[in-house]
Amino acid sequence: MAKISSVKPDSKIPEGPLAEKWTNYKAHQKLVNPANKRNLDIIVVGTGLAGASAAASLGAMGFNVLNFCIQDSPRRAHSIAAQGGINAAKNYQNDGDSVYRLFYDTIKGGDYRAREANVHRLAEVSGAIIDQCVAQGVPFAREYGGLLANRSFGGAQVSRTFYARGQTGQQLLLGAYSALNYQVNLGKVKLYTRYEMLDVVIIDGRARGIIARNLVTGKVERFAAHAVVIATGGYGNAFFLSTNAMGSNGSAALQCYRKGAYFANPCFAQIHPTCIPVHGDKQSKLTLMSESLRNDGRIWVPKKLEDAKALQAGKKKASDIPDEDRDFYLERRYPAFGNLVPRDVASRAAKERCDKGYGVNNTGLAVFLDFKYAIQRLGKEVVKQRYGNLFDMYEEITDVSPYEEPMIIYPAIHHTMGGIWVDYELQTSIPGLFAIGEANFSDHGANRLGASALMQGLADGYFVLPYTMQNYLSDQIQVKRFSTDAPEFVAAEKAVNDKIAKLMAIKGKRSVDSIHKELGHVMWEYVGMARTKESLETAIKKIAEVEKIFWSELRIPGVADSLNVELEKALRLLDFIEIGKLMAYDALNREESCGGHFREEHQTEEGEAKRNDEAFSYVACWKYTGEGNEPELLKEDLNYQYIKVQQRNYKN
Amino acid sequence: MSVSGAALVLFLLFHMSMNLVALFSGDAYNLICEFLGANWYALVATAGLAALVVLHFVYAFILTMQNRKARGEQRYAYTKQPKEVEWASQNMFVLGVIVLLGMGLHLYNFWANMQLVEVLHMLGANVDVSLATDGTHYIKETFSCIVYVILYLVWLVALWFHLTHGFWSAMQTLGWNNQVWFARWRCIGNIVSSIIVLGFAIVVLVYAFCPCAGGC
Amino acid sequence: MDQNISFNLKVWRQRGPKEPGKFVTYPMKDIPGDTSFLEMLDILNEELINKGEEPIVFDHDCREGICGMCSLYVNGHPHGPATGATTCQLYMRRFNNGDTITVEPWRSAAFPVIRDLMVDRTAFDKIQQAGGYVSINTGGIPDANAIPIGKDIAEEAMDAAACIGCGACVAACKNGSAMLFVSAKVSQFALLPQGQAEAARRVKSMVAKMDELGFGNCTNTRACEAECPKCISISNIARLNREFIKAKLGD
Repeated sequence: MAKISSVKPDSKIPEGPLAEKWTNYKAHQKLVNPANKRNLDIIVVGTGLAGASAAASLGAMGFNVLNFCIQDSPRRAHSIAAQGGINAAKNYQNDGDSVYRLFYDTIKGGDYRAREANVHRLAEVSGAIIDQCVAQGVPFAREYGGLLANRSFGGAQVSRTFYARGQTGQQLLLGAYSALNYQVNLGKVKLYTRYEMLDVVIIDGRARGIIARNLVTGKVERFAAHAVVIATGGYGNAFFLSTNAMGSNGSAALQCYRKGAYFANPCFAQIHPTCIPVHGDKQSKLTLMSESLRNDGRIWVPKKLEDAKALQAGKKKASDIPDEDRDFYLERRYPAFGNLVPRDVASRAAKERCDKGYGVNNTGLAVFLDFKYAIQRLGKEVVKQRYGNLFDMYEEITDVSPYEEPMIIYPAIHHTMGGIWVDYELQTSIPGLFAIGEANFSDHGANRLGASALMQGLADGYFVLPYTMQNYLSDQIQVKRFSTDAPEFVAAEKAVNDKIAKLMAIKGKRSVDSIHKELGHVMWEYVGMARTKESLETAIKKIAEVEKIFWSELRIPGVADSLNVELEKALRLLDFIEIGKLMAYDALNREESCGGHFREEHQTEEGEAKRNDEAFSYVACWKYTGEGNEPELLKEDLNYQYIKVQQRNYKN
Repeated sequence: MSVSGAALVLFLLFHMSMNLVALFSGDAYNLICEFLGANWYALVATAGLAALVVLHFVYAFILTMQNRKARGEQRYAYTKQPKEVEWASQNMFVLGVIVLLGMGLHLYNFWANMQLVEVLHMLGANVDVSLATDGTHYIKETFSCIVYVILYLVWLVALWFHLTHGFWSAMQTLGWNNQVWFARWRCIGNIVSSIIVLGFAIVVLVYAFCPCAGGC
Repeated sequence: MDQNISFNLKVWRQRGPKEPGKFVTYPMKDIPGDTSFLEMLDILNEELINKGEEPIVFDHDCREGICGMCSLYVNGHPHGPATGATTCQLYMRRFNNGDTITVEPWRSAAFPVIRDLMVDRTAFDKIQQAGGYVSINTGGIPDANAIPIGKDIAEEAMDAAACIGCGACVAACKNGSAMLFVSAKVSQFALLPQGQAEAARRVKSMVAKMDELGFGNCTNTRACEAECPKCISISNIARLNREFIKAKLGD
C-alpha cells in the first residue's frame, strides 16, 4: 500500500454559490497594472491549444512571454490532429442546452471525479471561446443562413459541438497560432522552436525558470522568468502505440513532479473507441477515426460466433452477414444513447465483445463501424460531404473503402485525464508553476467527453490562466529579473548534463524504440482497458525490468552536443517509465472502477463500472519521494454540493 | 511580365491581321506598309513596342535568375512532373529566347529593309528606298527560301507554346482568375494563340508554296 | 492481403547545412505493403542503430497527415507519388518489388538542410508573423453569430485554411516560390469579413516578407497545386495577386 500523507492539498476553490464563484473570483482577485506587466517574464512551454492561446493572451496583456516547443513550428503541436469539434454551451440550436447542462454532462461524463467549481467555470467560459475563434477567422461550419452549425457528440443529448469539417483541432490551433504570431510580431512573445524543456528551476520554493536543450545544436541552455507555465499535453505515449503524435511526451510534467509538483490521477487514461486496429509489430502509431463518425455509423459484431470465426479467418465479409444476424451491441445495451455513449463505455463494450470471441478481423480485436445504413438513409453524397475526408484517410491506410465495406475499429489510448495537479488558479503545488490543457489533471474527472479537450485547452489558455496568474504575479512585481547564473540554475543545468552523459555512457545494444515497445506492451497488457490487482502488481514488476533493460542495454548513436534524435527519445522514455509506474501505483490504489479506469474486481452484474464513492471520491495526488522510492499519496476530497452523485446511466 | 505580355499579345493579333491582307492582295498589304512606314506615329509605336519587348525580356531574365537562386544550389537528383504541369510552363524562358531569336531574324528580313531604310533615308543616308514599302516583295523573297520557311515555322511553334501558357498565366498574375475562369482562360488562351500562330503560318506557307500568292 | 516487397532505398545523407551531402543506398527486404513509408524508415533506422550507425534524421510527428511536419521528396514528388496525401500517409503498397526509391529533402534556398532529410522551415513562420492574423486581443468579442457568413464563403475559406504549412509547394516549384502557402492564408482572410479591416496591410507585409526571405517568383506552372497534400487551389494565388494589386493601387 502506498504511503498516505495526512496533508490535504488546498484547491483554493472560492466561496459562494457555484454559479457565482468565477465571477466573484474575478471581481476580487489581484491584478497587475500595465506598467508592471512589461517587467514580468513568463515562460510557456508548449504551443498547442492551451500553450499558444495562453502565450498569445499573456502577451496581449503586456507580459513578456518566452514560448517553447519541440517542433519546428508552433503550428505542429498535436492539438492540430483533433478532428471532431469543440463543445460550447451556446444553445444556438434551441435544444435546451445551458451552462448548467454542459457542466452537468461533463461531471457525469467524468464519472464524478472532477471538481465542480472548475467544471462549472469551464462551461461558463465555453461560449466566449467560440466568439474568440470566430473573430480570429476560424472557418467553422455554417448553415446556409450564415449562422454557425452544430453536431452532436458522445455523452450529450444536445447538439453543442462546433466544428470545421474533420479538422477542428487544426483550425482552432491555427487560430491560436495566428494570435501568437500577432504577439510575436509585436515583440511581446519570443518563440523558441526545436527546444525541449529538460528541467524546471526552483529558487526559494518558487518556479523561476527552465533548463532546455536546443534540439538542433544539442546545447543545454538556461532561461529565467517570474513564472513558468507547462502546456505540454498528455502522456499517452507511455503505451508506445497511441493516437498521440510521435513526439508527444510527458517529460515536462514529470520534471515538475520530480521537483515536487503533485501528479494527480495518473491512472485516468482515455481509451478512444474508434481507432484503426493494430495491424503489425512494425506499426508506429494508431490512427484515430473521429468520434463524429458515431453520429451516423452503427457499431456491430456478428450475433453468431461462427460468423465471427468466418470473418476472422477471412472466409466471410461484413456484407455476407444479414441484418438480423448483426448485434448492434451499443444500441442493445444503451438504448437512450445508442452509438453515442461516452468513450469509456463504448471502448469497454467493444472489448467485452472481442473478449467473448466476436472480433471481426484476423486478430479478433476489432468491431465494425458501418455506414451502410447512413448511406441508405441520407444518400452517398451527404455521407461523403460529412465524412469524405475521414473515409479517404481510412482507405489510404487500410486499402478498404468505407463506402463499400464497414470500417473496422478498435479502442486505443488517446487522452490522459490525469496530469499535474493544479488548484482552482491552475497553479501546481509549486508556487509560480502553472499547468494548463491536457498537461494538468483538469476538468475531465475519470473520463473526458468528446470535443471537450479543445474546449478545456482554450478555456485555460484564453480565459482562465491570464486572470488567475495575475493573482500570483501581483506579488512578484518587486522581484527583479533573475540572472541565469544563480546557483540553482547552474545546479539544474549540471544535473541535466549529467543525466545526458549517463545515458550516452550506457552504450548497450538496443534502440530506444525497441525498449519503448516493450514498455508499451506491458502498459497495454497490464495497465490497459481492464485492470486487476494482479495485473497491476505484475505491471510494477515488469516496468522495473524494462527500466533495468533501459539502463543496461540502451544504445544512443552519435554525440550529445549535436542534433541527436535518439537521445531525445531516450530522455522521454526514461520519463515514460516513471509515468508507467505512477499509473500502475495509482490504478492499484484506486479500488473501484470509474471512467477510463476499470478494475475487473469492481463491476456490476451487467459489467458496468462500479464506483466506490465512499472510499474514492478524491483526487489522488502523488508526491515524489526520491529516485527509486514509492511516491506518497495525498488526497484532495471531492465535495459535490450541486450535483447528486449517482450511477452513470446511458440506458434510459 | 503579365502586363507587357498581354500588350505583346495584342500587338501580335494586330500584326497577324495585317499579314492576312497579304494573302488577298499584295498591293493592299503594301498600302499598310506605307502607312506604317517612317511616319511619326508608326515610329512612336515601334519604339514603344521595342521598349515592351526589352522590358518583357529583361524582366524575365531578372526573375529567372532570382528563381534559380531561390531554388538553391543543390538540385533534386530525381524529379518527375505531375501530369497537371504543362511542358510550356516549365520552359517559358527557353521558349522566350527562341521567340526572341526568331524576332531578330524577322527584323533582319523585313524591318531592316523597310522602316529602317526609310528612317535612314530621312536622316540623309544614301540608301535605296524604292522597295522600302513593298512588303509583298520581301515576303516573296524571304519565303522563296525553304530554310527561312522552316526557321519561321519553328519560331511560330515556340511562340504557340509560349502563348498558350503565357495567356492564362497573365490573367492569373493579374488576379483575374478563379476556379471557374481557370478553364475558360486556358481555352480562350489556346484559341487566341492558335489563331495568331496559324494566321502567321498561313502567310508563310502560302507564299512558300502557292505561286499566285498576293492576289491572283 | 498486401504483398511483402524488397527494394533499394537511395537516401540523401548530410551532416549539416554547410557540409556536403551524398546519396547512400540501403537494400530493404520483405517490407509488408501495409507499412507506412515512415514506418519503413523506422525499420531501416532500427537496423542502422543495431549496427551502431547513426539513424536517418527526418521530420515527422502526428503521422496522420495533419501536422505538416513530414517532408520527404520521394521518387521525384514531394510527399511521394500519392495525391492528396502527406509522406506519413504513403503506404508501401504503392511501390513494387525491385524498385529503387529515391528519398531527398525539400530543396530550396529558403529551406536549408539541417541534417539528412530534415530542413529548416522557420521562414514559413516568419511570413505568418508578418501578417497572417486578424489583429485582435483576447476577449471583448461580439457573439459568434453576430456576423453571418454564407456557407459557400465559409467553405471556400476552409478550403484555403486547410493548408498544413508543410512546404511541399515550395519543394515542388521549380522557382522555389511560396506563393501557394502565402495565398492560402491571404485568401482565408480575404474571403471572410473578419479579415477585411486590415486586408491591404496584411497582403503587402506577407508578400514583402516572402520576397525578403528569398522565395522565388510564381510563374504559374501549377506544380504546387498538383503536389499539395491538401489540394489547395491556385485560384488562391489569383486571389492573392488581386488583393496585392488592389492594395498597391490603394497606396
